[in-house]
Amino acid sequence: MTDKPRLTALRLHKALHPIWKNDPGWKGRFTTVNNNDIGTMFILGATGMFLAGGILAMLIRAQLASPRSVFMGPEVYNQIFTMHGTIMMFLFAIPFFEALTVFLLPGMLGTRDLAFPRLSSYGFWCYMIGATIMILALVAGVAPDGGWFMYPPLSSSAFSPGINTDIWLLGISFIEISAIGAAVEVVVTVLRYRAVGMTLDRLPIFAWYMLVVAVMILTAFPPMILGSLILELERAFDMPFFQAEHGGDSLLWQHLFWLFGHPEVYIIFLPAAGVISMILPVMARTTLLGYGWVVAAAISLAVLSFGLWVHHMFTTGIPHMGLAFFSAVSTLVAVPTGVQIFAWIGTLWKGRPELHLPMLWILGFFVTFVMGGLTGVMVAMVPFDWQAHDTYFVVAHLHYVLIGGYVFPMIAAVYYWLPVLTGRKRFFRMGEVAFWLVMAGFHGTFLLLHWAGLLGMRRRIDSIEAGSGWEGINLLASISGFVLAIGFALVILDVAVNAFVAVRGRRNPWNAGTLEWATPIPGPAYNVASIPVVASRYPLHDNPGLPVQIARGEGFLGNPVRNRRETLAVSVARAEPEFIAVFPQNSIIPFAMAVVTSVMFMAPVWKWYGLMLASALGVTALAMCWAWQGGSRRDEGLLDAGRGVSLPPHTEVPCPPGWWGSLFLLLADGVLFGSLLFGYAFLWTVAPNWPPPAILEPGGLGPVLAAGGVVLACAGIRLADRAIRKAGVPWIRLGASLAGLAALGAAAWTVFGGTTHDAHAYDATLWVIAGYVVFHAGVAGLMVLFLMARIRAGYVSARRFGDARVVRLWIDYAALTAILGLGAAWLPGWLA
Amino acid sequence: MVIGGTTPLMLAGCEDRLSALHPAGPAAALIATLWWVMLAGAAAILVLVLVLLALAFRRGGGPSAGDSRGEAVWIKGLGLGFTMTVLAALTAWGLWIGERLLPRPGPGVVAVEAQGRQWAWRFTYPDAPGRVTEGALHIPAGRPVDVRITSADVIHSFWVPRLAGKLDAIPGHVNVLRIQAWAPGEYAGLGAEFNGPGYRRHHFTVVAHDAAAWDAFLAGETP
Ligand code: HEM
Ligand SMILES: [Cu+2]
Repeated sequence: MTDKPRLTALRLHKALHPIWKNDPGWKGRFTTVNNNDIGTMFILGATGMFLAGGILAMLIRAQLASPRSVFMGPEVYNQIFTMHGTIMMFLFAIPFFEALTVFLLPGMLGTRDLAFPRLSSYGFWCYMIGATIMILALVAGVAPDGGWFMYPPLSSSAFSPGINTDIWLLGISFIEISAIGAAVEVVVTVLRYRAVGMTLDRLPIFAWYMLVVAVMILTAFPPMILGSLILELERAFDMPFFQAEHGGDSLLWQHLFWLFGHPEVYIIFLPAAGVISMILPVMARTTLLGYGWVVAAAISLAVLSFGLWVHHMFTTGIPHMGLAFFSAVSTLVAVPTGVQIFAWIGTLWKGRPELHLPMLWILGFFVTFVMGGLTGVMVAMVPFDWQAHDTYFVVAHLHYVLIGGYVFPMIAAVYYWLPVLTGRKRFFRMGEVAFWLVMAGFHGTFLLLHWAGLLGMRRRIDSIEAGSGWEGINLLASISGFVLAIGFALVILDVAVNAFVAVRGRRNPWNAGTLEWATPIPGPAYNVASIPVVASRYPLHDNPGLPVQIARGEGFLGNPVRNRRETLAVSVARAEPEFIAVFPQNSIIPFAMAVVTSVMFMAPVWKWYGLMLASALGVTALAMCWAWQGGSRRDEGLLDAGRGVSLPPHTEVPCPPGWWGSLFLLLADGVLFGSLLFGYAFLWTVAPNWPPPAILEPGGLGPVLAAGGVVLACAGIRLADRAIRKAGVPWIRLGASLAGLAALGAAAWTVFGGTTHDAHAYDATLWVIAGYVVFHAGVAGLMVLFLMARIRAGYVSARRFGDARVVRLWIDYAALTAILGLGAAWLPGWLA
Repeated sequence: MVIGGTTPLMLAGCEDRLSALHPAGPAAALIATLWWVMLAGAAAILVLVLVLLALAFRRGGGPSAGDSRGEAVWIKGLGLGFTMTVLAALTAWGLWIGERLLPRPGPGVVAVEAQGRQWAWRFTYPDAPGRVTEGALHIPAGRPVDVRITSADVIHSFWVPRLAGKLDAIPGHVNVLRIQAWAPGEYAGLGAEFNGPGYRRHHFTVVAHDAAAWDAFLAGETP
């Protein structure tokens, strides 16, 4: 009786393993699309970047230890601090929580992988290649040197002629791809791929946080990507977006950057808060106090964080009434933060907290983060910020929130989930020593630096001068900085040692209630042998036998007869089984595409535009191969999903995963477009030297082409969609849609004819708007051609029309943005 | 106001040329007061949080009250009520201070012009056309001065920590900062926005004159 379940579990494992396993050998590293492997590589990569950023921090502290310890000139120092900030923010902080999420999320949700496994792989490789390029640039001495927020005109070609700035703009934009990709994945995974019965109010709290964070990434990164794009256009082709004498405005950059930069801070903090909300109740042997309140706090934090970017610009001369609004919102954002803090303390009161190592780090978080939050409220006070801005007060503040509010919780997370990560139990006590070194080192480094800032120590100075009054503080900060570094090194060493030599632990050592503890450790490639059914937030507490039931295949899809990678998609709110998603095989395409994409992004650094175009074609070709791989040439009908339920495969549902992915990608794209229109309006109303000397004449041809194009494109795809569902032949209708898109592109092209790209910021902006329309018409056109090829090859039928729906979405988007964009471009001409 | 800003200075030691906490004018004094009050308030809140945290470990895990009571106390009471009250009061005060520091027209206001460039400052005086000084800004003591700040190249920031907060010099824009020195003397000024390799040495001095010396300066005498 007791042996039997084990036997079936083993047999199930033997059936699932070959389906989900990696290619053998080192090749498997490059072709894997499995979240466990990609998560692990991602965590290692991000940790490596933390070390790199940490080494730079030590160089900074060595330079600033005393007036006599100067060993770098300003040219080198400026690269060092810029790269320290850039690496820590873009190459460590964001990737590390993404890595953790890639690793943990499927297990927590009780599903088999993330929604788009190949996208995980592509994102990871983009990150790894981009990070390597940035580090190489640093080693070669051509690293960016304008500070991590790269204000023009200092970063414009007139004042930064070298390739340093181009490397930053293009390299960081390239790396953002991985963030956007991961965000699309997380949203779709949390919404569609969960255990059955895991309704939205039963989501593990971390999944809620990550859902919020992912939506924030999709809405916060695009302004910055746009900013980088137009700054690069200015540098490469003299399009004067930021040059005051030609109607540009350097403040536009600041708006775009901080529209990203402030939400970014919460993008970094919220995952940490999610981690705490998971770990802290377990450490206190209780459940989270006020789950609904905490979710509401996270959401309101996300919303508010988009309304306060101007607090980074209090000293730019914006009218005080405007500042008052942003100051008030900035303090308001402290309310949901307070709600979370007190919910956590209340949780501790409710339970019986135990001082395990993860808890120790969370206590370190409390002390440090609360202090950082309080100084944050201080700098939200406009008059105080006028003094504190750009001094070491801000440097100290930001490290209190970033290290206290992010790094400490992440270390807690690593220790807490270490059994899941490596399947082993902690053995040595090095962790506690490391903790105390870090705490002492951290506060020793940064506490008094607040004071130095108020004594007039500006951030980013390349050395400290004798007689300044803050030499003592800096010496202490540098010594403590090295203690801090030793502490962090010990943490990494401790984790590494534990991963390799400690004894194998038991499953679920903390007695947690969430599903990531239900699988054997280390987790198998398929994560769960069958998709469980849950009835509360803490399924393992309700039913300690759940892990065995999952392993025996008693959940959904516990019988892999179809011999392919399948997982279950559920309805968004109520988590009822909806369809069977078939996941892709191992593939080298994501890696290859990441390599070619990196060439596409880096070629313009040296102005190799031919190479850039060639690799753009390469990316397109690879993307088509990628998309071609999915799908099926025959109707399968309802399939047995286990537990007596039959479901269609994803190819036979109206909104397949690709449709959902497109939807959220277009959300990001739409924010980018919105930022572009914002920039246009901003320049028109605020920038000096407007209105422009010459305004575009709309003429008759452009508007007619645009109107006709929109009608033809949208109607064509709709009629084609209908024809496909009736098993009809859609060629003519698709052809009409294609012609419509071509007309749209041509309409936008007339804008290029009527303006001169480098004459005025107005012309430059119109070029970008028109370019945006042309690009999207082109992408949608390619998709129509792709759809035609798919129809010919038999991938589309009256039941399998999901591809057509995806194409329709993109065409609608292209049409909508064309109307808005071209309308905005022609409006001044019409009014004049 | 003035007193509030100056008393705690004794803590600051002697190296205070650049100290925002050693005010020599009304704006810096007001802000310094704001800082000391915020510091005290922040310390009190920090202690409160830490005590609550420590007590969570002290209570030997008595029977816990229901979640709804917990939510009322911790989330509605402390999380919403407490934070909102403190923040609303602070924000209102902060804005009131901000309003008082604005360059409002009034009797006796002097206008000067400051132009930042890599890596120097150039000052001109509408009251003495043609008069240009490099690296030193001359003002009358005891009178409000509006500095019209511009840039010749990249973004800079004009900052005299002992007199007032900073304000950026942005190409294509003119920003106006109100400063005032209580007494004649020299006050260190800084470029406070990173602007390239020469950033550390982007200094200047503000020289505040008594009425007679100011008149002499305007009349063209070298100070
Ligand atoms: C390992 C311990 C660390 C030390 C000792 C350290 C030290 C410093 C110092 C002294 C500066 C000021 C540089 C300057 O203004 O010239 C700085 C800047 C900065 N640090 Fe760190 N840091 C550490 C870790 C981190 C971490 C973990 C993050 C983020 C997650 C971070 C993010 C930043 C950022 C964004 C800047 C601003 C860079 C800029 O001004 O462009 N640092 N750091
Ligand atoms: Cu911010």
